[in-house]
Amino acid sequence: MDTGLVAAQLLNGLQLGVLLFLLASGLTLIFGIMDFVNLAHGSLYMVGAYFCAELADATDSFLLAVALALPATALVGAAVELLVVRRLYRRDHLDHVLATFGLILCFDALVQMIWGPEGMAIRLPAWADGRQILPGGLVFPTYRLLIIGAGLAVAAGLYVLVTKTRLGMRIRAGASNPAMAGALGIDIGLVFTLVFALGAVMAGLAGMMIAPITEASIGMGNEIVITAFVVVIVGGIGSIRGAFVAALLIGLIDTMGRSFLDMGLKLSMSAQAAETSAPALSAMLIYILMASVLAFRPQGLFPPKTR
Amino acid sequence: MRKTALALAAAAALLASPSFGADKVKIGFITTITTPAGVIGRDMVDAVNLAMQDIDGKMGGLEVELFIEDDGFKPETGKQKTDKLVKQDNVHFVAGFIWSHVLLASRKSALDGGKFLISSNAGPSQIAGRLCHENFFSTSWQNDQTPMAMGEVLNQRGVKSLYVMAPNYTAGKNMVAGLERTFRGEILGKDMTKWGKDAQLDFSAELAKAKASGADGIFVFYPGKAGGAFIKQYQQAGLQDEIALYTVFTVDSIALPNLQKAGMSGVLGSLNTQFWGPDLDTPQNGKFVSGFRKAYGRYPSFYAAQSYDTIFLIKSAVEAVSGNLDDMDGMRAAMAKADFPSVRGPFRYGNNHFPVQNFYLRKVVEDADGVWTTTVVDTVLKDHQDVYAAECKM
Repeated sequence: MDTGLVAAQLLNGLQLGVLLFLLASGLTLIFGIMDFVNLAHGSLYMVGAYFCAELADATDSFLLAVALALPATALVGAAVELLVVRRLYRRDHLDHVLATFGLILCFDALVQMIWGPEGMAIRLPAWADGRQILPGGLVFPTYRLLIIGAGLAVAAGLYVLVTKTRLGMRIRAGASNPAMAGALGIDIGLVFTLVFALGAVMAGLAGMMIAPITEASIGMGNEIVITAFVVVIVGGIGSIRGAFVAALLIGLIDTMGRSFLDMGLKLSMSAQAAETSAPALSAMLIYILMASVLAFRPQGLFPPKTR
Repeated sequence: MRKTALALAAAAALLASPSFGADKVKIGFITTITTPAGVIGRDMVDAVNLAMQDIDGKMGGLEVELFIEDDGFKPETGKQKTDKLVKQDNVHFVAGFIWSHVLLASRKSALDGGKFLISSNAGPSQIAGRLCHENFFSTSWQNDQTPMAMGEVLNQRGVKSLYVMAPNYTAGKNMVAGLERTFRGEILGKDMTKWGKDAQLDFSAELAKAKASGADGIFVFYPGKAGGAFIKQYQQAGLQDEIALYTVFTVDSIALPNLQKAGMSGVLGSLNTQFWGPDLDTPQNGKFVSGFRKAYGRYPSFYAAQSYDTIFLIKSAVEAVSGNLDDMDGMRAAMAKADFPSVRGPFRYGNNHFPVQNFYLRKVVEDADGVWTTTVVDTVLKDHQDVYAAECKM
């Protein structure tokens, strides 16, 4: 097998993995700390992408657009938490699912009313639009390398925030025992709003980074959020480290499945059958992984220690 | 006396006219309004509304009532909406349908309900072949035909090897089958990607494979929004210098505005095949394209062109029976003649009620105003009939 192709696919898998991590880290924090199932997390991904596209149009600068769209997405996240989500913490998970599914419909309809159905393209600056020649002669799009770099940097920043700072300590305290943390004088309501906004920012950032590749479009987050839930479950609910490892694992499995499964299947069946069954099988791979994890290690690969 | 005569004449006129009782021509139109594919549905609905304006909302003296429905890009929803149109609204024509799998799922409900079924886009092989039906008509093409034309173009240009990508659903398989029927070179690799409401839009893995295959060209079929996403990634991966792009139903007036905005100049000059183009020189097309651009400020897509034709096809049927909507045989015979002003110019219907028509080679260019569009450069297939017509016992 061509080693250059394998290396390129590893990078592609890594890029998908860091995008999934950005989504899943917010989900797992919200799920783990507030015990809240947020299906509408994908809508924040979409909102981030549309904000960025609109601002990129207005300012003519992709970087400036991202810098402005991040706080804007945080505000949307905080508003959703204060207006809707806050009222639902005490209800059961089914109510969370119903309410956040309703939120998805609202967000999709709002985006259609504001920006229309055609989606929005973002023009990349020239320095990000080219290709890099990597050691070994591999040519890879610059922008996809940037996604990998930015995603890893955010992961590192998140690790420092949660383990080394006072806010992180409060978040962890809120996760372990919200009643006790509240009794010790931590404003749990504020911590929850901040965590939700932080999750929104990371989801929004993922949307902004994918938009120059696929365009911002209505409902763009509704599928990837399902994969992000798979990441959360495989990694262990509430565990950022678990989300990181599981996101990279699932990014790689998905990409490798799409790349090499048909070749493998052609060894054992006709080319025609391999061509039609390979895409179906590769789409199933991550769910097979999730089912195995649930069967053999239901708490996930890296469950948080405190629970 | 004179008064009585007038009254009698009026009564006779009323009796002779089947529109007595305020009959209306009811047309159901199913397309995709929600999901990212809603951008296609918008083009189709805009074209239908334009056609309605151009005929003053009347056919054969009858008012026309439209029922626009959203299939949500899902076969089961399409079928439900067809059932609703047939049973609740009791329409005379069920038209529209972007997606082959939606049309296949909805087909039986419409035809068993005794309605005319008109596809304004989808052309699955089954309906052209063994599932053909006297009450089905197409204003588009059979799926295989456009890629067959592209296969001929590739042969003419001496393309020896090809990498193929298409979505994994009915039309995707038909497109690849059509290409393989005429293309004489070698197909070095093929990817059928996930499709539907949650379609795959990131093609990094597939593009890396295409590049590694060393093929002369890449053939893709990605309708709607996926087309724009594909072209972007093709250019971002730097493939335009290594592997030439040949498309069907991918680079159209839906994808081009966003590609132009994103500065994807790699698409300029790329080739595609189609039965129609915005600059195709026919009287009806001139009227349609200028009317559409005036009303909506953008070029119409082929989806819009076919939808515009749909209304004029129905109008020709209603006028042939002078508005007697119970005369199914008369309307069917009228539609089978294809005697209406079509944007593609004159054509005839085959035994399976798919058009027998020309297919053209088109190139992506910048127009006089700097807007990216396509222009017809050559006729590839003349009066072409699909290969499934032979399987249709009609």
